[in-house]
Amino acid sequence: MTTVLYFAWVRQMIGPSGETLALPDGVATVRALAENLRARGGGYAQAFADLSRLRVAVNREHAGFDAAIADGDEVAFFPPVTGG
Amino acid sequence: MIRVGRADFDTAAELAALGPAGAVVSFTGHVRAEPGLAALVLEHYPGMTEREIARHVEEAERRWPLTGARIVHRIGRLEPGARIVLVAAASAHRRAAFAACEFLMDYLKTRAPFWKQEEREDGTRWAEAKASDGAAAKRWG
Repeated sequence: MTTVLYFAWVRQMIGPSGETLALPDGVATVRALAENLRARGGGYAQAFADLSRLRVAVNREHAGFDAAIADGDEVAFFPPVTGG
Repeated sequence: MIRVGRADFDTAAELAALGPAGAVVSFTGHVRAEPGLAALVLEHYPGMTEREIARHVEEAERRWPLTGARIVHRIGRLEPGARIVLVAAASAHRRAAFAACEFLMDYLKTRAPFWKQEEREDGTRWAEAKASDGAAAKRWG
């Protein structure tokens, strides 16, 4: 199973702050996962409408949309950070 | 030492905890008072935040001869004037401490997974990342 987490407005659009899911067949990159989630429609379609507005972490490290993902990974989607 | 939490901090006590050093440089960030802004609500990615900050402290220690570094970042609802963040770097000499403090702050702004929501009189909105912060971090190579 893969843990998917959402932060800031991504979470607000989607609703829950995260979920555990089985990676669908053929989903082996962050981009493929994002497109799969977008296809669910509703808040997901809204949150994943423009991937250029999103940033990603895989296993708690910054990553790109082309990063490979596999069962057991933790993938997080969020807007550009605004701390400090 | 890295600490992320809701509690306020005492800057003097945090700096004293760095122990004796020839030079201690610190930066304290506060919620800016802006017309219409009631508060900032900060959230973060527990587990990633601490790790990401620790990596940058290690990088600062590789670049400059530091005797200590201390980062405190608050989360939750903070009103104008409230302290948000403390970055402190200690070294035998001032140049290293000044540079490391600025380096850590620039990276905190652009890499540490924190997000600010602005509570305004007319509703809430998420703060946008600033291009100038990205440019500031890039200069460290």
